[in-house]
Amino acid sequence: MFIGLDVGGTHTDVVLIGKDCILRQVKVPTDPTNLLESVWSGLEKVTEGVPPEEISRAVLSTTLTTNAIAENKLVPTGMIVTSGPGVDPECFRTGEHFYHVSGSIDHRGREVQSIDQLEIEAVASRLRADGIRQVGVVGKFSVRNPEHEIQIREILGDEFDHVVLGHRLSGNLNFPRRIATTYLNAAVYPIHKRFFDAVKESLQKKGLTIPIYILKADGGTMSLESSLDSPGQTILSGPAASVMGSLPFATENEETLVLDIGGTTTDMAILIRQTPLLDPLGIELGGFKTLIRSLRTQSIPIGGDSVVRYENDKITIGPDRQGRAMAYGGPMPTPTDALFVLGKTSNGDVEAARRGIQNLADKAGAAAEEMATRIFDHACYSILNAAAQMISDINSKPVYTVHELLEGYQVQPQEILVLGGPAPFFAFRLAFLTDFQVHVVPQWQVANAVGAALARNTSEVTVFSDTERGVVLAPEENYSASVKRDYDKKAALELALELLRKKSIAEGGGEGELETEVLEELQFNMVRGFNTTGRNIRIKVQVKPGLIPEYKDIAQTLFNYCPLPE
Amino acid sequence: MLRAPIKTGLVFFPAFDWAISATHPEREERLLYTQDQVFEEGILDIEGIVEYKPDLATIKDVQRVHFCAPDEWSVMTESHLISAGGAKTISIEVMEKRVKRGFALVRPPGHHAMRVVHGCRGFCNINIEAMMVEFMRDAYGVDRVAIVDTDCHHGDGTQDIYWHDPNTLFISIHQDGRTLYPGSGFQHELGGPTAYGSTVNIPLPPRTSEEGFLYVLDNAILPILEEFKPDIVVNSAGQDNHYTDPITAMNFSAQGYAQLTQRLKADIAVLEGGYAIEGALPYTNLGIIMAMAGLDFSKVKEPDYRPERIRQSSDTGRYIEKVVAQTLEYWQNRHSLGERVRGNKQLAERERSIFYDTDNLLETQREKLRVCSDCCGVLAIDSSTDSGYHIYAVHIPRKACKKCQETGYEWYDAAGIANFNRVFLQDRTHNQYLTKSD
Repeated sequence: MFIGLDVGGTHTDVVLIGKDCILRQVKVPTDPTNLLESVWSGLEKVTEGVPPEEISRAVLSTTLTTNAIAENKLVPTGMIVTSGPGVDPECFRTGEHFYHVSGSIDHRGREVQSIDQLEIEAVASRLRADGIRQVGVVGKFSVRNPEHEIQIREILGDEFDHVVLGHRLSGNLNFPRRIATTYLNAAVYPIHKRFFDAVKESLQKKGLTIPIYILKADGGTMSLESSLDSPGQTILSGPAASVMGSLPFATENEETLVLDIGGTTTDMAILIRQTPLLDPLGIELGGFKTLIRSLRTQSIPIGGDSVVRYENDKITIGPDRQGRAMAYGGPMPTPTDALFVLGKTSNGDVEAARRGIQNLADKAGAAAEEMATRIFDHACYSILNAAAQMISDINSKPVYTVHELLEGYQVQPQEILVLGGPAPFFAFRLAFLTDFQVHVVPQWQVANAVGAALARNTSEVTVFSDTERGVVLAPEENYSASVKRDYDKKAALELALELLRKKSIAEGGGEGELETEVLEELQFNMVRGFNTTGRNIRIKVQVKPGLIPEYKDIAQTLFNYCPLPE
Repeated sequence: MLRAPIKTGLVFFPAFDWAISATHPEREERLLYTQDQVFEEGILDIEGIVEYKPDLATIKDVQRVHFCAPDEWSVMTESHLISAGGAKTISIEVMEKRVKRGFALVRPPGHHAMRVVHGCRGFCNINIEAMMVEFMRDAYGVDRVAIVDTDCHHGDGTQDIYWHDPNTLFISIHQDGRTLYPGSGFQHELGGPTAYGSTVNIPLPPRTSEEGFLYVLDNAILPILEEFKPDIVVNSAGQDNHYTDPITAMNFSAQGYAQLTQRLKADIAVLEGGYAIEGALPYTNLGIIMAMAGLDFSKVKEPDYRPERIRQSSDTGRYIEKVVAQTLEYWQNRHSLGERVRGNKQLAERERSIFYDTDNLLETQREKLRVCSDCCGVLAIDSSTDSGYHIYAVHIPRKACKKCQETGYEWYDAAGIANFNRVFLQDRTHNQYLTKSD
C-alpha cells in the first residue's frame, strides 16, 4: 500500500492506495501555523487500523518551504560569492550576510584570479561572530570549474552546520539564479530538517516505519535522506501533485491542458503525450528566480472561493478570497455561489448564495440566474485567456539552431483535464464554451494526493567537456575526470546516462523507473587559427516526470474508490 | 532585483548548426562563449530586457533591397533569412514601442552585401540592416535613417545600397582600407551625385584605441547625427575592433564598446563581425547589451584588460584629429560639393569591379543614374561576373518622381533578354519586383 499526501492552502488531502484501487481518502483542514499537525493527523487517519508493514511508501508534498519563503521566514544565511568581471554581484545580494570575495573563473572554466584564503577566513569568522549556521558558496561559472567553491568549502571546515555549494544544485548557467538557489537551499535547510525529523519521530513512535519520499516541483520524488541535500526542490510541489494526478487520463498522442481549480487559484500546466512540460529555467517565488527544476505551471487568482464584484458595469473575480462561499457561511459572493443559483449544487445554504448573487444582479439590472451564468462564464473565459497566454509564451520560447527554428514545434492542446473542488461544473461549461475535449479527472478532489503517491523519481544530469582543456565534468554529481583530445559526444553521453542511473537510484528511484531522455546534446569543434584544437561538448539528460512503471498500466483503475471498512 | 532603466529587446540567434566551412571564422562556435556569458550573467532575467524569437524574413524583404542573381535561393540559405528576420523582429518591437531599444545578436552578418548579389563576400550574402531599414520604411513609414557602422571593416555593402539615398545617412568607422579588407571606405567616398555627403567614411589607423574611437564619436559622429536628425539610428555593431581580434589590428575594448553604445544611443543595434570569440565577444556583447539597457557596465572587462597596454600613441591621436577635421569639412560643405559633382549632368555613370572573396567571383558593374532635380534619380546596373553571368537591374527609388518612374520602366522594357541572362526591376514606389529571362 502507498500513501500520498498533499498539503494545500486550505485542505490537506491524503489517500491510501492498495493493489488496485484507492482504499481510503481523507481531507483534513490545513493549519498553516502548524503544518506538522496537519500532516500528522492526515497520516494518522489514513493509516488507522492498517498494519504498518503493508505500507511500502508514503510520498509527501508540503507547503513548508514554500510558505517559509513566501512569508519571508528564512533563517539568516551567509553567502560567499566569487564573480570576476560582469554584472556587479552586489545586484544579487541576498541579505545582510552576503560577501563578495576574490576569485574568478572564465566561461571556459579557466582560473583568471585565485581565491584568497585569508579573505575567506576573515569572512568565516565574521559569519561565526554573527551567529550564522548555514552558508552558501557560489562562483560565477562554477559549473564549468567548481574548484573555487570546493576550496572555499575546505577553508570553512566544519565550523558551520550546513554548507551548500552552488555547482551541486544545477548544471545550468545562470549566476544570479545559482546564488538564489544556493541561498534558498541553505536557508530552508533547518526548517526542512526539523520538520521531517519530527514526522519520522512521530511515525516511529506509532511503530510506522514507512519509507518517506518527498515530492519535488518537477513532479518527481526523492527519498527523505536525499531531500536534505537539496530541500529547495520541495518548493512549489503542490501544483506538481495535481499534474501528476492527471497523467493517467491524458491522451497518449496529443497535448493536454491541465486545470486545477482550487478555492483561491487555478493552476495550469501542459502535458505533451502524457509528459508534463518543464520550466526551461526554474522556479520563481517570492522575488527569487532560481534554477530549481519545476513543471511549467501558471497560477491565476481565480478559484471557487474568489470574491465576485460588480463595478463600473463589469464583473471582476478575485484576486482575493475572503473565506468560503456564502452558501457555506462566507461573507462575499463567489463563483461557487453562482453554481448554487444555477442549481448545479445544493449541499449548502442556497438562499444565502442567492442573496449574494442577487445583490450583484441588482447592480447590473439582471435576473439572478442570468447574473450567475455571466459570473460563471467570466470565470471560464478568464481561465481560458490565461491558458492561451501561457501557451503563446511557451511557443515563443527562443531556439538557437536553424533546424529548430525551421521545424518550429508548436504546442496546441486539443484537450483539457480538470481537477480540484468545482471540477465537474467547470468542465461542463468549458466544454460548452470551447472546442476542447474536456474531461474531469476521476476523484478530482484527491487526484493530487494520488498523483503524489504514484510519482516516480526524476533526476537530471549535466555533463560538460572541453577537450582542449582536457576535462569532462558533471558538476551536480561532483564528478570530474581528465580526457584526451579524441573524447567525443558519444562517450560524454554514455557517461551522462551512467551518472543519471546512479543518481536516480541514490535518490530512491527503482531500476525499473529509469525512463531516460536526452535534453541536450551539443558538440562544437574548437578552432584556433585554422586548426581544430578540441571539442566543446554539452550534454543534458533526465529521468522525466512520470508514474512508477509498475502502476502505469493500471493507473486508471487505481483511481477507483473501494473504501476500507472503518 | 536588477531592473533595466531602458526597456531593451534582444534577439539572440547564434545559429549553432550553421557555418561557412568547418574552420571558417563564421562557424558554429562563434557565439558559443557569448551565449555562455550572457546566460551566466542572467541577462535574460533582468526586468526590462526581453528576449524575442526571430521571425523568418521573407523573399519580399530581400527584394526590397537586393537584386539576387540568378535568384534569392541561389545566393543564400534559410539561416540568412533568420538572421535578417532577427533584425526585423527587433525593429517591429521598437516601432511598436514594446521596447525602447533593441539588439539583434545574430549571425550570419550582412554589411558587405551590396545591392547586386552574385554570392558571398566578406562572409555576407544579404544585407540584414538594409533589409530591416527598408522593411521599417514600408511597414511604419520611417523616412530618415542613420546607420552607424562600427565594425572594423568598411561597411561597403551598406554604403553601396545607400550610395544614392539622401535620406539614409551612412557613417562607417573602420580600420583604414589600405590595411584591411575590403580596401575601401576612404574619406572622399561621400555618396552619389544626388546624395552627396550622406555617406561618411572615417578610416582610422591600426592600433586606434578607446580614446580614438570615442574622440571620433564625440567630435564627428554625434554632431553629424545631430544635424541630420534621423528618425531612427541603427548601429551595425561589429566587434572586431577589439584588441584580441585575430583578423584586424585595432585596440578597442569592451569598456570602449559599452561607452560608445551609451553615447551613440542607437535605437537598434545589429551584430556584424567580431571573431575573437573567447577573449572579446562575451565581454563586448555583454557591455553593449548593458549599455543599451542603461545598466551599470563598469565591471564588464576582459580578464586580460590593461588599458595602459593598448593605449594609442600620440601620433595616432594627432592623425585621428586630422581625419575628423577632414570629415567635418566635407560634411559642412556637402551641399556645395554636391552641386559641383552634379554639374549639368543628365546621367552619371560609373564603372567598377567587385570581388567576392568568400565565393571567389569577380563582378564588373556599369552603373547609370539619372541625375534628377526632383528626386534622387532612377538607377540602372549592368553587371556581369567572370563566371559569365550577365544581368541588368533597374532600381526606382522610394521617393522617385513621375519622370524617374517612367524612365525606370522604359529602361527595363528596353533591356532585351537576348543580351542578358536576367533583367530586374525594383520599383520601390509601388513595391514591385519584376524579372525577365529567356
